[in-house]
Amino acid sequence: MDLSVKPEYRQFREEVRDFLNESLTDDIREAGRLGTSVFHDKERAMAWQKILHAKGWAAPHWPKQFGGTGWDVVQRSIFAEECLKADAPQLIPMGLHMCGPCIIGCGTDEQKAYYLPRILSGEDFWCQGYSEPGAGSDLAALQTTAVSDGDDYIVNGTKIWTTYAHYANKIFCLVRTNKDCKPQEGITFLLMDMDAPGVTVEPIIGLDGVREQNTVFFDNVRVPKSNRIGEENQGWTVAKFLLTFERGGQEYAPGLYHYLKQIKAIAEQEGDGFGGRLADDPHFMRRVHEAEIEISALEFTENRIKAALGSGQSPGAVASMTKIVGTELSQKLTELAIDAVGVAGLPLQLDALEPGSGAAPIGPEYALTAMPRYLNTRATSIYGGSNEIQRGIIAKMVLGL
Amino acid sequence: MNFELSEEQQMLVDSISKFLQNDYDFETRRKLAVSELGYSADNWKTFAELGWLSVPFAEENGGFGGTAIDVMLMMEAFGKALITEPFIPTVILGGRLVEVLGSAEQKASLLASVIQGELQMALAYDEPGARGNPACVATQAEQGGEGYSLSGQKVMVLNGHAADKILVTARTSGGLTEAEGISVFVVDAKDAGVTVTTFPSMEGGRAANIQLNGAKGELLGVAGAALPALETVLDEAVVALGSEAVGAMEVLYKTTVDYCKTRKQFGIPIGKFQVLQHRMVEMFMAHELTQSSMYMAGLRNLEGGDVAKKAASAFKVQVGKAGRYIGQQAVQLHGGMGMTDELNVGFYFKRLTAIDALLGNPDYHLNRYASVA
Repeated sequence: MDLSVKPEYRQFREEVRDFLNESLTDDIREAGRLGTSVFHDKERAMAWQKILHAKGWAAPHWPKQFGGTGWDVVQRSIFAEECLKADAPQLIPMGLHMCGPCIIGCGTDEQKAYYLPRILSGEDFWCQGYSEPGAGSDLAALQTTAVSDGDDYIVNGTKIWTTYAHYANKIFCLVRTNKDCKPQEGITFLLMDMDAPGVTVEPIIGLDGVREQNTVFFDNVRVPKSNRIGEENQGWTVAKFLLTFERGGQEYAPGLYHYLKQIKAIAEQEGDGFGGRLADDPHFMRRVHEAEIEISALEFTENRIKAALGSGQSPGAVASMTKIVGTELSQKLTELAIDAVGVAGLPLQLDALEPGSGAAPIGPEYALTAMPRYLNTRATSIYGGSNEIQRGIIAKMVLGL
Repeated sequence: MNFELSEEQQMLVDSISKFLQNDYDFETRRKLAVSELGYSADNWKTFAELGWLSVPFAEENGGFGGTAIDVMLMMEAFGKALITEPFIPTVILGGRLVEVLGSAEQKASLLASVIQGELQMALAYDEPGARGNPACVATQAEQGGEGYSLSGQKVMVLNGHAADKILVTARTSGGLTEAEGISVFVVDAKDAGVTVTTFPSMEGGRAANIQLNGAKGELLGVAGAALPALETVLDEAVVALGSEAVGAMEVLYKTTVDYCKTRKQFGIPIGKFQVLQHRMVEMFMAHELTQSSMYMAGLRNLEGGDVAKKAASAFKVQVGKAGRYIGQQAVQLHGGMGMTDELNVGFYFKRLTAIDALLGNPDYHLNRYASVA
């Protein structure tokens, strides 16, 4: 057991830093700085993906043969950390992190050859059709049907919480192909075109006043059977693969440290109400330090997971734990941020939050993102399997309850 | 000990509840909240006609002669409907400060108009970095041949966008956080030295930041000695604002319970899951305790002095803690629906979030609580 860092990793970090310095434009960094959600500005995130793709770095977590980088887990973390420090926008995850790995894991050679390059290049923009109005935490209750009709399926139903569906040309969906069996056994995984006749998209405006989510309606949409991933009625297996990815595939600690650093910087600039700085207020700083200690415990949990993954072991249900702790810590940090900026967080400033708008913020610039981020981050303990569901998984799978 | 409402109080609460039920449904509120004014001028007239704007003022000033308890009950009822009409800024922060601090002439000229619903007011006291501490004042008042001229920066002025007269705190002497040397001035919103930057607030309604560059100010009361009166009125406003939060909390926990009774997952209403039941019990208890804290703060406000100060700060801390818990859990238990602006849940959650930051956040009031004997 040791914490030494191999010299080649230091060199790698330098290489990443140099590349980011050279290739991140101010425009693109602005989108990273103004991000208040997991989903950053679409235009600029895609512009950044294009640059990364040209370098061969758009999908570090993919196997090398499909366009991955061949980096190990440590290198991937270094890359993620440096991207955060440089204010790079986060890449939109539905293609690269959700649909892509699923096609890699369960798709045919033809499907891989067709879809994967289009995900990397950004030619296809994917959205995720899992949840339904009646199937949230209980995903297996989904009722969107796909009925066989020759070489096609006819799809009918409604998907909800479809992030960025209004930008997407593709949607990967879970649909019901059999009702006369256990709910999980009658589900199929389909890839669909958003411009197919019968697909309509309606906006959902969030608490923060932003359209991020949508409802997607399917009215007799014809989908070729060749667009199926895996076998008919085997979609749940594919879905579970994706959910595991959504739950455990990301590290929270680097982003949390990054945000905590920003909160400390706010405390340096904010007053304490008595002529001093908030950074000198022991009550506020105690909360900051408590959060930092909690992040360090999560960081080393994630390090242990990485070490296990590096030696070929599966982290299993521990992934549920990092999702719970990571999202709840990020919510705690957003609370610290709104408490730090105080009433300066109350003006609604949708214009100033729009990259490239040129709108001047009302009040200090550091206060601009605090409130929308606080509001948006409430979703993290709901999506991707609510934290109640995650705790249930640990109770069942780890504790055997 | 008696927590029963008097006949008059019951009538007041009933008339407010009736008005809100008939004329303030959620869709109406949603439209008002994003309108240019942020509230309804017609509603304001109705408030005046029904006598609500007169409640906290003494009879000799044309008021109803009510107390902080009456305001508390009104605000709790208002909170249930999330009204955006500027009762606290105009009636409490504006009108009451005039009543406590002003000369007979000032009271005569301003209070009648407030009570009749013809004058909108605001109190511009908070400054960048002041965190709601009324003693932290950098704005300067200079006395010249033609009276006082004020320069400085005020933030998050409630009703600052609509106020005709703005009460502004400024230093006539003393250093940044000294208790002595703070004065209150009546400033005309149209004065050439006043720049109002108005903005929509995250929870609906509007407010403003105000820049003063040599604005003309008429002294309210005695120069340099305004802090005690300011604290008295701010404490009344804290009790009023916290009471609004208690009303909002009640709607929020009840709405959540109703939702969990009907929303089905895994074949049963999610309210059948024990983990969610316990969460809702916590929400219920948080509301009950905060309502009790509200009575404590309202009743002790009547005693005045340090007792009232301590009680108001204690209440604001309790409101912050409970409001955050109930708001966050209401969103969580509504799942994705709680994250949208389609249900009322998000708006109650956001209002509680804003209340937490307004008039000094819980950190500020916890410090203040500890510093008062």
